[in-house]
Amino acid sequence: MGKRTIVPFGPQHPALPEPIHLDLELEDEKVIRAVPSIGYVHRGLEKLVEQNDYQIMCYVMERVCGICSFGHSWGYAAAVEGLMDIEVPERAEHLRTIFHELSRIHSHLLWLGLLADAMGFESLFMHCWRLRESILDIFEKSTGGRVILSFTKIGGQFKDIPKESLAEIVIILENMRKELLVVTNVFLDDTSVKNRMCGVGKLSKEDIMKLGAIGPTARGSGVNNDARCLDLGKYKELGFKPILETDGDCYARCKVRVREIFQSIDIIIKDVENIPEGPVNIPVKGMPPMGDFIARIEQPRGEAFYYVKGNGTKYLDRARVRTPTNANIPILVKVLQGCYLNDVTMMVMTIDPCISCTER
Amino acid sequence: MTRSHEVQEITEISYSDLLVKAKELAEGGYRAVQICATSKDGKTEMLYSFDKDFKMINYRVNVPSEMRVSSITGFFWSAFIFENEVHDLFGIEFTDLVLDYKGNFFKLSSKTPWKTEAKKEVQ
Amino acid sequence: MSYSTKSPWIIHYDGSSCNGCDIEVLACLTPMYDLERFGIVNTGNPKHADILLITGSINEQNRDVVKQIYEQMPEPKVVVAIGICATSGGVFKKCYNILGGVDKVIPVDIYVPGCAARPEAIIDGVVKALRILEEKSKALHNKGGKVQ
Repeated sequence: MGKRTIVPFGPQHPALPEPIHLDLELEDEKVIRAVPSIGYVHRGLEKLVEQNDYQIMCYVMERVCGICSFGHSWGYAAAVEGLMDIEVPERAEHLRTIFHELSRIHSHLLWLGLLADAMGFESLFMHCWRLRESILDIFEKSTGGRVILSFTKIGGQFKDIPKESLAEIVIILENMRKELLVVTNVFLDDTSVKNRMCGVGKLSKEDIMKLGAIGPTARGSGVNNDARCLDLGKYKELGFKPILETDGDCYARCKVRVREIFQSIDIIIKDVENIPEGPVNIPVKGMPPMGDFIARIEQPRGEAFYYVKGNGTKYLDRARVRTPTNANIPILVKVLQGCYLNDVTMMVMTIDPCISCTER
Repeated sequence: MTRSHEVQEITEISYSDLLVKAKELAEGGYRAVQICATSKDGKTEMLYSFDKDFKMINYRVNVPSEMRVSSITGFFWSAFIFENEVHDLFGIEFTDLVLDYKGNFFKLSSKTPWKTEAKKEVQ
Repeated sequence: MSYSTKSPWIIHYDGSSCNGCDIEVLACLTPMYDLERFGIVNTGNPKHADILLITGSINEQNRDVVKQIYEQMPEPKVVVAIGICATSGGVFKKCYNILGGVDKVIPVDIYVPGCAARPEAIIDGVVKALRILEEKSKALHNKGGKVQ
């Protein structure tokens, strides 16, 4: 029995891209308890709903997080559209699905890069981020923004993406596939990478269910709560099936994300084939009525929950977002118990926390 | 044209039923999705959401001012994160909170920024 | 040109940013934009760093962290505020928990606007910072300080 030591981890730490602070209670090299403390990035963004009307709020909501920004604007818009009983044009819904999946590819590539960096595999990090740039190029070319797109508004999309551009996106993705295969195979087959991940940070199905974990973390342990199985978006028509792994360790969580990248490419290509012609937005008149509405979408990190409450004026009473990481912090606390100090970065990484999402 | 939203199921329950319902759901294998508080004119309304197999159940609870709310962390440990957040932002006290940060979850520049004062009645 | 401007080391701290600028700073270091071709190395240790890049605005909880990082950096040092949040508070200016731009707590030399700041702008900001770094190092030398 060694002496207990408390090691503070973060907020400014070389392995952390974002500020989170963990108090790690150690016994020799083993973590006995981890207590997260957050609040370094808390802005109080949801309260801006009192100063911005429901349409402008869409852009504020987009800035919940710079990585899954498109999804946040979609989720918020979907909640407001539900509240106001607006039917979004078919083409807009398809475009949202395409852009959301593009965000997923870029988010997962970003994550794979950070994972490689956490392992000390710097060249792999560089390759992942190099590939990610082609997705950002698509964003820049079609919407003008690289990370914050401001492409969604209440009632549809800002502008149409012409047929030629969609065809170009498909070509870019097809070309990416070969290179992606080379890079992602390193994650799945390389011995040194596998040594760091296989059998590390095991989470059982029961843990996941009990602690309400979501997203790729849950799917890595065989629990499906992928919000893409719900009706929002065009996933059902495209025959979406969630990707599940059963091992529940860091490697399984990595594998889920790798497979999801390829799945997203397939979804986009299929969607571009099926996208109908037509308008991409409809004029929105009137004010959000009294009442509330809930929308859920699947962000790259898991299910996100949006809640809006209207009062008949153009200012909403409440706009709430429960981001994926918010629900995954309890499982992070759980997985850190009993692991070795040098595996902490690996654990934190494979949960894929997004702190600015969590704290808003 | 598509209408693709989930069925909205929000049930209003009385404050005293909360723990009973939470126990039922926990035994039924639900997970805590979120807890959201809304404060207007000094009144606070809490929305509890639970999910199982893509079926979401929402309970709305009206919390009287200065009332201490019983924590559901006994049944859903993971809810500590939501309850601490509500405590810090809305100033609502929870009883039997399993992991209590005692107001240090978010360090804020102003205390309980979301709390609203009751409108004064004009006589 | 002194050694430090030939190969300055940078440290990056994420204030309360939305991650957008944060990710763009990292993107600058990766093959597409490759800030490292200017001899720049990203470090996690404030005592190794010459240039401090800050994204996001300042709030109650991170003001001391930012101050500490700044104070730990050796002279001469340059601060670059990246993104509109770091320069003035941006969209979040009216939020209850935001104090404002980075210049509320530490002196800022270069302001890079944008939401999110584009990598080209960030690179431009860092290259401009090199000039200031050299000026500061000369001034330090004239005062009789150590030249790096």
